[in-house]
Amino acid sequence: MIEHNVINNTKLFILLKKYPFLEAYFKDNNFDIIGHEAGTFSSFLNTLDEEYLEDMAIDKHEACRQLSTYLNSMLEFLGEDKTDVLSITIFPGTNKSGEKENYDKLKINKGDIVSIVGPTGSGKSRLLADIEWVAQADTPTKRKIFVNDDVPDNKWRFSIEDKLVAQLSQNMNFVMDLTAKEFVELHARSRMVENIEEVIGRILTQANELAGENFAPDTPITSLSGGQSRALMIADTAILSKSPIVLIDEIENAGIDRKRALSLLLSEDKIILIATHDPTLALLGDKRIVIKNGGIDCVIETTAEERQVLAELEVMDKRTKEMRTKLRNGERL
Amino acid sequence: MNFITVSGPPSSGKTSVLLKTIEVFIDRGLKVGVVKFDCLSTDDDLLYKKMNIPVKKGLSGALCPDHYFVSNVEEIFQWGLDIDADILISESAGLCNRCSPYIKEIKAVCVIDNLSGVGTPKKIGPMLKSADVVVITKGDIVSQAEREVFASRVNAVNPASIIMNINGLTGQGAFELASVLHNDKSANIETLTGKELRFPMPSALCSYCLGETKIGAEHQMGNVRKMDIKND
Repeated sequence: MIEHNVINNTKLFILLKKYPFLEAYFKDNNFDIIGHEAGTFSSFLNTLDEEYLEDMAIDKHEACRQLSTYLNSMLEFLGEDKTDVLSITIFPGTNKSGEKENYDKLKINKGDIVSIVGPTGSGKSRLLADIEWVAQADTPTKRKIFVNDDVPDNKWRFSIEDKLVAQLSQNMNFVMDLTAKEFVELHARSRMVENIEEVIGRILTQANELAGENFAPDTPITSLSGGQSRALMIADTAILSKSPIVLIDEIENAGIDRKRALSLLLSEDKIILIATHDPTLALLGDKRIVIKNGGIDCVIETTAEERQVLAELEVMDKRTKEMRTKLRNGERL
Repeated sequence: MNFITVSGPPSSGKTSVLLKTIEVFIDRGLKVGVVKFDCLSTDDDLLYKKMNIPVKKGLSGALCPDHYFVSNVEEIFQWGLDIDADILISESAGLCNRCSPYIKEIKAVCVIDNLSGVGTPKKIGPMLKSADVVVITKGDIVSQAEREVFASRVNAVNPASIIMNINGLTGQGAFELASVLHNDKSANIETLTGKELRFPMPSALCSYCLGETKIGAEHQMGNVRKMDIKND
């Protein structure tokens, strides 16, 4: 922790050299420090006239305090030993009727794929929220979540840099007015990635491999097809998101290679949860959590017979895919 | 009584998030009162009424809504005490993004949505920068990357705040927000008299504030400022 007055007595060019991420910080806060680098942050603030301070709603004392809060939280984030999340464990709570959930404890390891099934409103969102909030018997279900077999750190709740769960769903869209490359670059910069060009290249290559149809790096993200958007979202989440768990909420089979998407996520060391009613997707899981009446009703391991079913389903999927291609090419089915 | 001030741009999801959060408070046996501030009209009070939540509506009309808020906050606080509320919540829409209704020592929440774009956090003044809790909504319809970038921009302008993603439709996260806003450590506030705003409101009084409608220099009086328009 660097003392507040140390930060505010250090010249800006030294701060910027030591902590390059502050450049974006000053920009985000509309502090135009260019030309003032030889002085301290306070001396920069003193060059702003009263009218400007009032217009921009800047309180000098607050601004100094905020700078040190930000700097210290960033240093803590960058400096800490990243605890690798190897597993999460869900301890049973109760369902909506107050009955104890019907499982002993559920440990999900890095590299596992677990499906979540159950009717709408059965409590899938609540289970996910419990994991995100690393519930400690303090949510309506009274479930407890452990990370790496231990009571989890509070940072999982409140630090925006350490979120346990990243989400991908069929309903998500890109809303930014950027090209695919600019978009990935923006994300990479906000994640403080060092080898930006390489990471961007990897993500775009992976996204193109997942998507049925290729897209160029300068395609605006808002004009990508559904499959291409999904592919870019998955590749970007796999490679850039720091969250150890990825929740996939129903991804349609059209225009994207889902099996490949899962193996990309697994190769990036993620725990994968899939909320779905699509049998092909659900059977890709090693086990599935069945949710009823707000609680986990049971946990089913995928059997060898079911894997056989999966193989059949995959043949059918393949056939549908071929039909789709024919249709697209104007052929008779 | 606990007092919580909530503000955010129009249509950011304040009412939806609050309805879900208040449901949690009610489940915990707490009595909640709401005061909804708006400019011209609002039907949000009906949504609260439908849930049997005591609600007052204040329309600022021709006045600046934040000025109107401060002039009335003492009275609404008294109303909260009169109805025996455990928690009083004020909800107000930000108008020019410059002001905020936040009061020192009173929990302040800002609600903004992912759809407003990553450039938005730097455009919002004290309403975002001086909030204790920033609630980000509409995360269910944008990509993971956009959610992460948006949250990190919010963190850059308000690093001390607690940032939470809440889904106003399903209520995902509302339980957690309720626990952050009201817990054993929440202060019991007895009066607002003498408390201070976190940030001064802008000084502005020109002839147009006083009802002038005509255009032209001779009609402009008081605090008038001209744009710097250069021909380059």
